Amino acid sequence: MNRSHRHGASSGYLGTMEVKSKFGAEFRRFSLERSKPGKFEEFYGLVQHVHKIPNVEVLVGYADIHGDLLPINNDDDDNYHKAVSTASPLLRIFIQKKEEADYSAFGTDTLIKKKTVLGNVLRPDNHRKKPHIVISMPQDFRPVSSIIDVDILPETHRRVRLYKYGTEKPLGFYIRDGSSVRVTPHGLEKVPGIFISRLVPGGLAQSTGLLAVNDEVLEVNGIEVSGKSLDQVTDMMIANSRNLIITVRPANQRNNVVRNSRTSGSSGQPTDNSLVSYPQQAEPSFEPDDQDSDEDDIIIEDSGVRQQIPKAVSDAQSLESLTQIELSFESGQNGFLSSAEASPAPAAGRASPESERRAPEQKLLEEDGTIITL
Amino acid sequence: MGSASPPSPLPCGAPASLTRVTVILLLAAGTMAALGTEGGSVFFLDVTTLTLLEGKTLSPDEVLRSVPDDYRCGKALGPVESLQGHLQDPAKILIGYSRGLLVIWSQTSQCVDHVFLGNQQLESLCWGRGGSTIISSHSDGSYAIWSTDAGSPQTLQPTVATTPYGPFPCKAINKILWRSCELGGHYIIFSGGMPRASYGDRHCVSVLRAETLVTLDFTSRIIDFFTVHSMRPEDEFDDPQALAVLLEEELVMLDLLTPGWPAMPAPYLAPLHSSAITCSAHVANVPSKLWARIVRAGEQQSPQPASSASSWPITGGQNLAQEPLQRGLLLTGHEDGTVRFWDASGVALRPLYKLSTADLFQTDCDHADNLAQAAEDDWPPFRKVGCFDPYSDDPRLGVQKVVLCKYTAQMVVAGTAGQVLVLELSDAPAEQAVSVASVDLLQDREGFTWKGHERLNPRTGLLPWPAGFQPRMLVQCLPPAAVTAVTLHAEWSLVAFGTSHGFGLFDYQRKSAVLARCTLHPNDSLAMEGPLSRVKSLKKSLRQSFRRIRKSRVSGKKRPTTATSKLQEANAQLVEQGCPHDVEMTPVQRRIEPRSADDSLSGVVRCLYFADTFLRDAAHHGPTMWAGTNSGSVFAYALEVPAAAAGSEKRPEQVVEAVLGKEVQLMHRAPVVAIAVLDGRGRPLPEPYEASRDLAQAPDMQGGHAVLIASEEQFKVFTLPKVSAKTKFKLTAHEGCRVRKVALATFASVACEDYAETCLACLTNLGDVHVFSVPGLRPQVHYSCIRKEDISGIASCVFTRHGQGFYLISPSEFERFSLSARNITEPLCSLDISWPSHKPRESPKLSQANGTPSIILAPQSCEGSPSITYRKQTDTTELPEATLSPTSVDLATSGETTLDTTGDVTVEDVKDFLSSSEESENRRNLVEDEDRSCALLIT
Repeated sequence: MNRSHRHGASSGYLGTMEVKSKFGAEFRRFSLERSKPGKFEEFYGLVQHVHKIPNVEVLVGYADIHGDLLPINNDDDDNYHKAVSTASPLLRIFIQKKEEADYSAFGTDTLIKKKTVLGNVLRPDNHRKKPHIVISMPQDFRPVSSIIDVDILPETHRRVRLYKYGTEKPLGFYIRDGSSVRVTPHGLEKVPGIFISRLVPGGLAQSTGLLAVNDEVLEVNGIEVSGKSLDQVTDMMIANSRNLIITVRPANQRNNVVRNSRTSGSSGQPTDNSLVSYPQQAEPSFEPDDQDSDEDDIIIEDSGVRQQIPKAVSDAQSLESLTQIELSFESGQNGFLSSAEASPAPAAGRASPESERRAPEQKLLEEDGTIITL
Repeated sequence: MGSASPPSPLPCGAPASLTRVTVILLLAAGTMAALGTEGGSVFFLDVTTLTLLEGKTLSPDEVLRSVPDDYRCGKALGPVESLQGHLQDPAKILIGYSRGLLVIWSQTSQCVDHVFLGNQQLESLCWGRGGSTIISSHSDGSYAIWSTDAGSPQTLQPTVATTPYGPFPCKAINKILWRSCELGGHYIIFSGGMPRASYGDRHCVSVLRAETLVTLDFTSRIIDFFTVHSMRPEDEFDDPQALAVLLEEELVMLDLLTPGWPAMPAPYLAPLHSSAITCSAHVANVPSKLWARIVRAGEQQSPQPASSASSWPITGGQNLAQEPLQRGLLLTGHEDGTVRFWDASGVALRPLYKLSTADLFQTDCDHADNLAQAAEDDWPPFRKVGCFDPYSDDPRLGVQKVVLCKYTAQMVVAGTAGQVLVLELSDAPAEQAVSVASVDLLQDREGFTWKGHERLNPRTGLLPWPAGFQPRMLVQCLPPAAVTAVTLHAEWSLVAFGTSHGFGLFDYQRKSAVLARCTLHPNDSLAMEGPLSRVKSLKKSLRQSFRRIRKSRVSGKKRPTTATSKLQEANAQLVEQGCPHDVEMTPVQRRIEPRSADDSLSGVVRCLYFADTFLRDAAHHGPTMWAGTNSGSVFAYALEVPAAAAGSEKRPEQVVEAVLGKEVQLMHRAPVVAIAVLDGRGRPLPEPYEASRDLAQAPDMQGGHAVLIASEEQFKVFTLPKVSAKTKFKLTAHEGCRVRKVALATFASVACEDYAETCLACLTNLGDVHVFSVPGLRPQVHYSCIRKEDISGIASCVFTRHGQGFYLISPSEFERFSLSARNITEPLCSLDISWPSHKPRESPKLSQANGTPSIILAPQSCEGSPSITYRKQTDTTELPEATLSPTSVDLATSGETTLDTTGDVTVEDVKDFLSSSEESENRRNLVEDEDRSCALLIT
């Protein structure tokens, strides 16, 4: 593998593939034989060599076709070969020092998401940093769904976020009209509602286990659906389908998260359902200048080179987004893992077990690291 | 109006149907009304007090006493079919019973003057002017003439009884009129009576004078007809001037004074939908020069009335609205390949000019039609009248898109079979050949086979073209799918067009194609060629069978519902395609799935746009072309257009080149509805020639340009030349509605004379209109405008440049709305009605059923004839006049109030009465009022 610094022009070259590698604020470009990319160890060495960081343990990630940052860490599960084979036309590599690595950066929408405005809308206190509990090697997985905002929602409600990328798996659910019973000042009242009518076997919605037939849909990405027609709700969901956050009242109320603060309240009965009564329920703001980058358009410039243009963010900036967060484990990504905590423990009691927990994790990762570099 | 109801004059237990009013006759200058009923009784009503005059009621038993026993023979007389007053002797009433008995009743003596023992079921009656002749029409298609001069008070036989279209069984003659002439002879005018088997389904009015018979053959159902004639009682003769026929779809006026009885050109009331409207476009601020040329071309099309005597005999009132400040043109494209030009400057649409593109093509129907014409007999002597013709000879002729450049008078008309026609306005007739070129939009893409219709065959050689828009160039897309988008840049002599397969760019100066680009997704082949073409061929075969039926019976009530726009069809398809067919779906389920790249119809080109802007770099601007597809793709091409030499309009004869500059794939993949480039100050770029001719402020080329891309789901502004998102508004995600139409409109301030802002107006699938600031895309206002169920209304909507809009509220009516506080087209007109003598009751505001127009009755004026100010929000051609015809005013307003208090007539009955007057077969109510209508209508 020879180091060739053929900038740009190499992309059209048959058989070779341009690699654009970033470490810190530095870029390196080199090329690989597409047909014979070699082994991961060689590649790892090459990357270290190119960036002149021969003895620094690093994590190597690449941007896949959906703009997600995915790790390259071994040959065994072929993620190195996958990275090489799917790169078109250029392979973008992101290098992080292992000790500074931001694992939460890996996964869905990571390259194009600067801040999650929607998350902030749904819960304004989101910006406070939360301890990040690593339960396995998150860099090897992409999130597919999560329950979010457990602490601000009534126990009878569930807010589910579905991550849809690529076309691998259909979202896979249907909605229908129906009627639901509400408690109003005038007593019980039947009101029209929207319900999940069907889950496609093998679809994302079914595989999460968080949505079920006959769950009532209350909100779509923070906007209440009451008063909207089935077609309107359908259009809203499709418009948000790449980052769909549905608030439902599950038909089965037995699996609700029981918060210790209000244990007695969880009777399992759909009681008061007005979300408005919760002060945290901020009105979604429709500022057009919202920088929510849950979707980004692909712009192909006249050279014919396909590029992700993440919202006018230059490459240096997006790299920054990977490295800027120093306290890597603590940076909560919109409740991705944080929502797994069943109860928001008092903040004071959080710090010490957190650091204890982090230590073995790091060890584990170091072990991984050694395996990788072997 | 809620006066006490009078005691019921009827025996208790009489079925309500017996008291159902069948006919009404106003008597004694409108102070009294005679009501004929189903049961055969005639009631008399004091109109001023709305009380029944009890002693006067004429029961059928009383009438039966004056007929001989053998006529009586135990049978009832049946419902009162007709009540006729005598013009010269108001005391006499002619009563016709369903069974055929005619009775002249004298009110003064309260006795039967004369009976005519008809035995044929009666349909209609008319009393000749002198009172000596009565003509009756019957259900078997015959009419009979009776003379009242006989000494005996009983007449057994009519003087004449004839079945005009016999001898085979005929349909009923629904209405008949007898009109005398000073020059001798008389007119007999009747509707219906056609031979049942051969022409039973035609809509005909026959006019017979002496030996001359003309069978007027209309294309829609006849609702009513009357003659305009002398109404002065002292005149000896009727002397009809004109015959007015109200049809379901139009109003036709025939000039009876001119030999041949030609139809009069309608000054207003032109039917919009003589062929179904397939697209429409609005051109604002038309230069007066072009306006005059279009008007002149239109005048040459329709010969002016020969004499002033035959001018339109109906007064539609006076238009009090101010003369419009600027000329606006509404272009409607039709299914039969015509484009109609309407004066949309003021309140009422006025037809200016009609362009037909069908003459350029050979259609399969030409030949067959000629044959059919030749085969037709001379009897009955049919004459086609009226311009409503819903049948398109060849659906491929349908106009899909129209663009007019108001500065060069060049125009592009694009149609269903992929034809793109470049036309130019010429003031003189010319004979010339039209250049033909074809552009393959598939670009050798493998695996696509077009199974739809074939392309149209253009006529070759020199063709005669009348003055007006004459074709210069025909470009045919291959495959010949319907054109879904078109745009014209007259300054560059370029036309861009798109279909479901791709788009092309054509240089019509050099007559050469510049670019063709296929937009089909590789996985799309099945979708494109499968269901769509199947649907098409089904539609086509349906049409053909319709046409076959028509050939055999020529006309009928059927009017195939035509999809108003291609777009709708495509959308319906898209929805269908969205769900796989193998899953069983209940109808109320909706699948939630993001759009994928290979959704069918993803390649449909939805919009095209030319702009002089910065595409390559920030230093150099130049011509660009933009195309947006159904799957959220936007292609931007940098064009090399040779610059025109100073002072010359035409650019040099050099090749135009197009280089793909940018490709934007919107992540949400929603169809791109519109693209517009905004200049450095955030205003839309001017139209071609506007800036170079100093007609508009030159665009700001200093600040950074931006491109606004509107998809069905969101609006987004991107910077140029580096395409990066600047602002956006996600309409669907927030509101759950989808964009149907958008337009950039200038909203001028009411307070400040010269302050205006450009905003984005948007119509959604819910029928709401939203206005957004540009380029900030902040929501400004939103109104609900069209019912969301009114899909054709939403599909037909066009916005004007100044914040107004038009949409079809029915196949024949455009509603005009305004979003601008400054730019309002307010109808204001007056109509003087010489009301019959009695005082109008206090009814300050009467609303019509459809809600849009309202009549404001001013406080009663001293002459007793109130001045009526008529206001409406709409700008339809037909509405004001139709509503103002005294007959309908009577029926819709005072008719109801009159009947309301009779006590035995329930509200339902009133409705029935009203509807029966509108339903045509049974239009006896109108017949009675018709003379009075004439009185009011004569100018």
